[in-house]
Amino acid sequence: MLKNRDTRFTILLLIPVLLVLVAYVLYPSIRTFIESLQTERGASLANYLDFFSQESKTNLQALWNSVYISILSVLVSALIGIPLAFIFNRYDFPGRGFFSSAAIMPIVLPSLVGVMAFMFLYGETGLIPNLIKDLFGLEKVPFKIGGVSGILVVHAYTMYVYFYMTVSSAINKIDPSLEEAAYNLGANRFKVFWKVTFPLLTPAIVAASLLVFMISMASFSAPFLLAGGYRVLSLQIYFSKLNGDMEVAATQSVILSIVSIAFLLFMRWYQNRKDYRMATKGIGAHRSEVKNPVMKWIMVLLGIIGVIILLLPHFTILLLSLVPDGTWTWQIYPSVFNFENYRLLLQDPNIFKPLKNSLILAFIATAGNLVFGVLTSYLLVKRKFIGKNFVDILVMIPWALPATVIGMNLIFAFNEPNIFSFGNILVGTFWILPLAYFVRHIPLVVRSTNAVLEQLDDSIEEASRNLGARWFYTFRRVILPIIMPGVLSGTLLAFVESVGEFPTSVLLYTISNRPISIEIMNQLRMFNMGQAAAYGMIQIALIAIVLFISNKVFGVKAEQSLS
Amino acid sequence: MASIKIDQVQKAFGKVIAVDHLDLEIKDGEFFTFLGPSGCGKTTTLRMIAGFYYPTKGMIRFGDKDMTRVPPEKRNTGMVFQNYALFPHMTVFENVAFGLRVRKISAKELKTRVQDVLRKVRLEKYSDRQVSQLSGGQQQRVALARALVIEPEILLLDEPLSNLDAKLRDEMRSEILRLKEEYKITTIYVTHDQAEALSMSDRIAVFNFGVCHQVGTPSEIYNEPANDFVASFIGEINLLPVKVERVEQDHVYVSAQFGSESRELVVHNLPYNFNPDAKGDLSISIRPEAIKVFEQQTDGTNILKGKIEKVEFFGSVINLSVNVAGLLLQVNLLNNRSNNLESGADVWVQLPEDQIRVIPVVSGDVSC
Ligand SMILES: Nc1ncnc2c1ncn2[C@@H]1O[C@H](COP(=O)(O)OP(=O)(O)OP(=O)(O)O)[C@@H](O)[C@H]1O
Ligand SMILES: [Mg+2]
Repeated sequence: MLKNRDTRFTILLLIPVLLVLVAYVLYPSIRTFIESLQTERGASLANYLDFFSQESKTNLQALWNSVYISILSVLVSALIGIPLAFIFNRYDFPGRGFFSSAAIMPIVLPSLVGVMAFMFLYGETGLIPNLIKDLFGLEKVPFKIGGVSGILVVHAYTMYVYFYMTVSSAINKIDPSLEEAAYNLGANRFKVFWKVTFPLLTPAIVAASLLVFMISMASFSAPFLLAGGYRVLSLQIYFSKLNGDMEVAATQSVILSIVSIAFLLFMRWYQNRKDYRMATKGIGAHRSEVKNPVMKWIMVLLGIIGVIILLLPHFTILLLSLVPDGTWTWQIYPSVFNFENYRLLLQDPNIFKPLKNSLILAFIATAGNLVFGVLTSYLLVKRKFIGKNFVDILVMIPWALPATVIGMNLIFAFNEPNIFSFGNILVGTFWILPLAYFVRHIPLVVRSTNAVLEQLDDSIEEASRNLGARWFYTFRRVILPIIMPGVLSGTLLAFVESVGEFPTSVLLYTISNRPISIEIMNQLRMFNMGQAAAYGMIQIALIAIVLFISNKVFGVKAEQSLS
Repeated sequence: MASIKIDQVQKAFGKVIAVDHLDLEIKDGEFFTFLGPSGCGKTTTLRMIAGFYYPTKGMIRFGDKDMTRVPPEKRNTGMVFQNYALFPHMTVFENVAFGLRVRKISAKELKTRVQDVLRKVRLEKYSDRQVSQLSGGQQQRVALARALVIEPEILLLDEPLSNLDAKLRDEMRSEILRLKEEYKITTIYVTHDQAEALSMSDRIAVFNFGVCHQVGTPSEIYNEPANDFVASFIGEINLLPVKVERVEQDHVYVSAQFGSESRELVVHNLPYNFNPDAKGDLSISIRPEAIKVFEQQTDGTNILKGKIEKVEFFGSVINLSVNVAGLLLQVNLLNNRSNNLESGADVWVQLPEDQIRVIPVVSGDVSC
């Protein structure tokens, strides 16, 4: 049959998209897999046998540690996030709105900066343990975080938000009349919760658990700074690479990928299942006012304490950034505060360089994300073609893969010339970092664009063509302007995430293009806390500005595309 | 302006055949309606004319030009979508001007033409409004103006009134008729509302299950439905399965089954009443207003005794359900204040032999 124009055009758009996905997502993953089969005696599964053999205890131990930490992270995050979601969405008390927006503050903290803040707050020489020690005249600090407890605390702080957000939106979708019906039939509060409310929330809780599990498996910054001798798999990959055991690093990457992708597939399956949540339409939340004055003020007090705990890391970073380096050496508390670190940041070209690098790298990567994301999303949402599911899965792979694995994949793919790098070796050059950031944020931009494109009725595009506009004119004058707000908010988020990106940077940076996160690590090594914190503050400010712009100017809840 | 020829068109979506064996000729300047129940292929046909679908088989021509595979932007049709499909990021003026900008019309001419058409749809005061700030009826008129301003050869309207409330629907109906007189443009109108179709159209095509059953003027469709589907879809009608017993010079004798008894009925042997070529299962059809009712036994042909089951009073008309040997006949009477019919009463109904039509019962393989 004669292929019609539209089909030809779809194919024309599909070619560059597939090319990019195959070259920078699929091919690098395959290269890593091939690398993992390399041994001195040709291709074999020997590396995998080694991984699981009893002699190489460290590998198995690291895998188990990763799983163990991830399970604990899920539990702790759930224990914080679910009750909070209930309290903020079911009860009304003074300050509720403020507390509930403060609850997502951990998102405004890039992971490396957050971990740094926790070290200063609760570590061996941390402000809080020392403050308590001095207040109560204790001999030693009463507690300190480090190792497993450190990682867990950081995970709980950042990851409870995923539970909080998914469960909140599920609570708001529950039709209040369901619970009322149960009360009406004579069930008491306890019964209603366990027999009606909780089962309705199960899908959301399962989804959040899977998500948190995946994110903890991939977590790199927290173990990197806090683990001490404790080994997790994502960190193990980094060490193998440092030691030059490339085949081992490849094997570890493949195993971590398999776990992550298995979770991704399980999650897709779980979410696509027909479930009973859909049976009722979204109905506004039904909040009961807390009438008992004692209860009310207890709630408010707890809210205030919660907000203080949530914001303490941000304040710590702010405070530290005001402490000039060299003025806080042997004292327990800093004593000098000024803007010296910010002045240096702007005036000393050496200190300014990483910031400039990060902005340039992130800009290049995000520009790519914008063009590629809009094109891919348009194809996925508005065009019909065979193999759409395959493209969809390729797009999601960078989301499922831990950042460390993406970094390793790119190393294996581009430490030799090939057609996808136009015959160049990219590792060790400027271009490998923007490429890594680009790959990392493909899913974020595509998904946030999908969300707006799905809202756009097909007949809008048809109306334009009916009026005589060609496809490109229609796309430029009708589709793009309508979807721009959603697209931009996703893209801005990708931009700030790229600015703070640590795990791929640490695998791929070169001295001349070292980004902000690497410089933070260097400054920490040299105990220049103030300078490190000043870099951190810049990132916090950038993220805050982006979320503000998205919410106020574009009217998009950008933080939701993070999960 | 242009005539449209649809020649043996079929459209399949995978295994689903949405439209089959479609042959239509729509004349220059005609107001032509596609009528049929939901899912019968009206939108699919309209979209093939607009170029959003290409037919699987067959040919579509505007005048003498073959348009079968011409892309939508080169067809010069103006379409009004069911949900209006206004561009949400543009004002009323920008929406209407869109098609002219695509055609690179000079700024001055563009302005006069847009203002002109906005005046015709009575929206000249709203030209700077954002379209989201308009009521449903106003949005509807913007959509009409946007389609009309490009002076299309063909105007396509897909259930344009289905989202409006009853009052607005009446208003828009006369608006469309007024614009039709003014522009004299070939128009295809899709609806599943038979009253709308009968009152507005020059001609109507009745669809069911992807097949066109009849094409004709509103009075042809109503008075001479081609088969039992068309008869029952448009207006109310009594249908009774029958067998032809014998055909004579002036009369045709058919037998109808009333419960357990079989009755012989007489029908005129005229083309209006009987088509000797009709094959397969047959049925007689008679409109409720054509049936006569007597309170006493009377002499004449086709008289049946029955009992009134239900009386519904509508003011100017009275609807009766008359039970004839277990079969319900619908009868409409004009209210002349003399009849005092009550349910339970015995009556004699007459099916006048010039009003009965013998029509085929469709088994799905019918085409026009
Ligand atoms: N894009 C499509 N893909 C698959 N099937 C389709 C598609 N469009 C229409 N159909 C099928 O073709 C048939 C005719 O659909 P169409 O939209 O033309 O009906 P319609 O007469 O306009 O009905 P309605 O009055 O509900 O709008 C239906 O069975 C429908 O399910
Ligand atoms: Mg339709």
